[in-house]
Amino acid sequence: MSKTETLVRALVDKHGKSRNSLMPVLQGVVKEERYLSEEAMLEVARELDISAADVFGTASFYTFLDTVPRGSYVIRVCKTIACHMAGKDVVIDALSDMLKIKVGETTVDGKFTLLTANCLGWCHKGPVMLVNDEVFPQITAQKAVEIVEEYARKK
Amino acid sequence: MEHKTIKKVDIIFAKDTCNPRELLSKTLQRNPDDIILDIIDSGLKGRGGAGFPTGLKWKFTRNEVSEDKYVICNADEGEPGTFKDREILDQVPEKVFVGMAVCGYVIGAREGYIYLRGEYNFLLRSLNAKLETFNALMKELKFDFHISIRSGSGAYICGEESALFESMEGKRGEPRNKPPYPTRAGYNHKPTAINNVETLVYTTMITRLGPTEFKALGTQDSRGSKVFSVSGDTPIAGIYELELGMPLADFVDSFGDGDTKAVQVGGASGHCVPRKQFRDTIIGFEGIPTGGSMMIFNSSRSMYNVLHDYLEFFTEESCGQCTPCRVGCQQLLKGIEAVKRGERKPDYLEELKKLADTMKVAAKCGLGQSVANPFNSIVNNFREEIIY
Amino acid sequence: MSNYMVNLKINNIPVSVPEGSTIVQAANKLNFRIPTLCFHPDLSVAGNCRVCVVEITGARALAAACAMPVAEGMEVFTNSAKVRTARKHVIELLLSEHNADCTKCFKNGHCELQELAAEYRVGDHVFLDLVKASDKILDISSPSIQKDNSKCIRCQRCVRTCEELQAVGALAVACKGDHQRITTFMDKSLHNVVCTNCGQCINRCPTGALVERNYMEEVWDHINNPFKHVVVQTAPAVRIGLGEDLGLEPGHRVTGKLVSALKHIGFDSVLDTDFTADLTIMEEGTELLTRLKKAIVDKDETVTLPMTTSCSPGWIKFIEHTFPELLPNVSTCKSPQQMFGALAKTYYAQKKGLDPKNIVSVSIMPCTAKKFEANRPEMRASGYQDVDYVLTTRELAMMIKQAGIEFTKLDDMHYDSIMGEGTGAAVIFGATGGVMEAALRTAYEIVTGREVPFNNLNITPVRGMEGVREATITITGTRPEWSFLEGVEMKVAVAHGLVNAKELMTAVRDQKASYHFIEVMACPGGCLGGGGQPIPTSADIREKRAQAIYAEDEGLPIRKSHENPEVVQIYKDFLGEPLGHRSHALLHTHYKPRKRY
Repeated sequence: MSKTETLVRALVDKHGKSRNSLMPVLQGVVKEERYLSEEAMLEVARELDISAADVFGTASFYTFLDTVPRGSYVIRVCKTIACHMAGKDVVIDALSDMLKIKVGETTVDGKFTLLTANCLGWCHKGPVMLVNDEVFPQITAQKAVEIVEEYARKK
Repeated sequence: MEHKTIKKVDIIFAKDTCNPRELLSKTLQRNPDDIILDIIDSGLKGRGGAGFPTGLKWKFTRNEVSEDKYVICNADEGEPGTFKDREILDQVPEKVFVGMAVCGYVIGAREGYIYLRGEYNFLLRSLNAKLETFNALMKELKFDFHISIRSGSGAYICGEESALFESMEGKRGEPRNKPPYPTRAGYNHKPTAINNVETLVYTTMITRLGPTEFKALGTQDSRGSKVFSVSGDTPIAGIYELELGMPLADFVDSFGDGDTKAVQVGGASGHCVPRKQFRDTIIGFEGIPTGGSMMIFNSSRSMYNVLHDYLEFFTEESCGQCTPCRVGCQQLLKGIEAVKRGERKPDYLEELKKLADTMKVAAKCGLGQSVANPFNSIVNNFREEIIY
Repeated sequence: MSNYMVNLKINNIPVSVPEGSTIVQAANKLNFRIPTLCFHPDLSVAGNCRVCVVEITGARALAAACAMPVAEGMEVFTNSAKVRTARKHVIELLLSEHNADCTKCFKNGHCELQELAAEYRVGDHVFLDLVKASDKILDISSPSIQKDNSKCIRCQRCVRTCEELQAVGALAVACKGDHQRITTFMDKSLHNVVCTNCGQCINRCPTGALVERNYMEEVWDHINNPFKHVVVQTAPAVRIGLGEDLGLEPGHRVTGKLVSALKHIGFDSVLDTDFTADLTIMEEGTELLTRLKKAIVDKDETVTLPMTTSCSPGWIKFIEHTFPELLPNVSTCKSPQQMFGALAKTYYAQKKGLDPKNIVSVSIMPCTAKKFEANRPEMRASGYQDVDYVLTTRELAMMIKQAGIEFTKLDDMHYDSIMGEGTGAAVIFGATGGVMEAALRTAYEIVTGREVPFNNLNITPVRGMEGVREATITITGTRPEWSFLEGVEMKVAVAHGLVNAKELMTAVRDQKASYHFIEVMACPGGCLGGGGQPIPTSADIREKRAQAIYAEDEGLPIRKSHENPEVVQIYKDFLGEPLGHRSHALLHTHYKPRKRY
């Protein structure tokens, strides 16, 4: 059994085989593998007896359930109004320069993906960004770069 | 200039005002109908934005006959400009849990769920730890009720209650046709009382204090206080619990930076109020209701950019199932771009306003219906900024 | 539906309807038609297109009449100013994301959106054109179905069809907002997913987003080529469906006019799939009896029962994907279309003294999956592609119109010979339960020497529109060579619509049900409701088509496959005996598992 199959089966064992388990199972896969590979979606479909297209269709509805490969660290900079007013553009530009990728892209080493997000719920402390599940409010271009450098030093 | 101070309240975040054990062991002895009467009497309306009377919602759910019923806490706070629920869940989660347990007791549910938006996953660890303690307490009190957390995954529309149920059922978060309403057919198509985070805390406090203290606050139509998320061009952005029913002018006096030209009340889906209307605008159900978002814009801001941001947000976050919202949002967004670039004449804005009016009445859910709020209020009040 | 009646007013006119009715249903009762797009009577209610919005007094927003239940005292307005503005906006919005190249569209004249646009006199486009260039790239990977995203209006009827009626789930809604689209798993082409080619989505697509791959031009070219001998076969369900596309009400039998029209069009020989339907009964019936003998007399444990039919190519692809472990249960018989194809370029060619390479074999089918079936690599037993072109009932109707034929005024004509003779048993292949009934008529008689013990040969327990039907026939008074079947209770089951087939076969797989013989048709109602039949479709229309089929059966002089003189002839002259060497080579095949996931 492949690593992904093992992961999916374990998640299905944990959450159950009903359709209601679909979200937690997909979330579990993304947590481990950062995105839903074709293999993962097919395995989930088989395990929960849902059509593969339905799994893809459902997953693709949700911004955080990516169906294209993502880096180990997914950076999401909030782009909605308050963060826009507070200067999200300079943060994105700085990160883009530093990582040498555009928004939507992943670094060659597969470490970082740079994305934007709709309102992250920190309008009083913008700009804000998420790195995977961790939140960083009130960042500046410089602070954002430092935070990402910190992640770059991790394994 | 006349300067009023607006009344700050301290119910939600007050520490040591809720001992779950004490409160619940007392409450679980009471007649559920009496609890409902208290909530109805308090005049509490849902704090998520729609403002349905909470007591009635509980009563309807209680009246349904079903083996399975559910309490759901809607913590899918996604409205741009709103961040109060995160703060509440971070600081006083027990008050939310107690509200859910009381609701479960009243309606006859054994299961409660908190649907937490994926953007707030960093709260999960501490929330789950506190829930473990709370669920143990329920056992100890011999109350058959268990709360667990379900995470969202980045979809604004899942804050719409029927979309939230769909999402919990493992589907795309597409709002359902109504009726049936959640009180009859919600999660798993069973009777469900779904309440906003803040509403649940108020029910906890009303249960503890009785309805009188709450009722004394606010106005005839807007009882009580409310947590406001204040952001934008203000020196004191943050969370404030304020009495409902204040004139917007008083709010701007307290929170503005002295150069306020407009306030967006109620988030992206709310109304944009220009300076000339500050005096006549009441913040409450009789005026402009709000889920708590107050975003302040000063004269340095382009209202075209503001509207463009909102429309981009709705274009991306529409679930896409119904025509008025899916296509309408795109037309409004591309429409103002076309006017800005001179590809369409300024009077095309009139066509777009009519379209927005259609969305208001023809879209399937609150999202599509509310896009007209920011669109028409911004286009009407800042027409020049949109065109030139 | 409840007995309790609800009183309401629509456009100020009082009406009473049962509780639980929708506003659309109540309006229908008053003969007010409320336009709908996402609504389809065979599917769950979506309420997403919003074209059916109506005004209810006291309500702030308009309501979707297809989804909104009536309430006591409700006042509804279906044409108020508010309604008309909203409805027109909705149509304009749909057109703004729709590639409205109507004159070039296969559905021109048959498009629900086009009809609405015409009805509401939508003039110059008010709104901006939102059709994405990338959506204009057609998916023509499948030999059966063409998908054009630029015409899609996201009503999701196809998705609901694929899931609710067919349990296939090849199509789904993906993404949200302005990226929302109807697509397949990971946006793969239709040919590379679990699609069964059944075409039920086409039957319910309101626009030209999903249509059959059409081969009319190719067929015309061959007809007009003097060096080609073009034979055409017509499936049973075509003769009861075709009229609907040519101005007749559902339920009209047009067999004789169908033959006339094909001759007018210029086919060299107009033949009948009914002939090979009868042949199928001989082969499949014998196969069933042989399997039963091996199981009961020889105690051969490798014999697989129940045996299922194999006529429906949608069903075949479904089982390949969904129950590959049950493939041994499927009869090895080719479908009547493919038997015909194999014989056209062998038996027919010999008899007529034609070189098979100059024969073009065309079939008119109520089916889109047949297009795929004809292209299967398994289907070249004659040494050529056995069936060259498959046209749907709808394509034939278009060709008839192109040829300028006034169909309803045609005289009735008879099929040509050879391979033009069919029995009533063959005609009922077109209705769910028909193959079962035809098989029982013949098998029972082979085994007992007597006719099936049903009034006028009508085996009513296997008829009807229930999704899954079961019947038991006790065999008594057997002939000596079949004495092992004496007293055996033959248990049979019939399913139509793949969602029902899935339920039935799941029970078989899990050994929760035991049968000897199962008939499965992929499409609701059987071939009469096939993906190539005239649009629209509904339970009511399918019922009328079924009645026409059974009437056709009753009106024929021969109603048992084994009595078809041409069938008797072909065994004498060419095939030898059922399951014989030549039959085996030409009329039988095997299928291979495909992936579902």
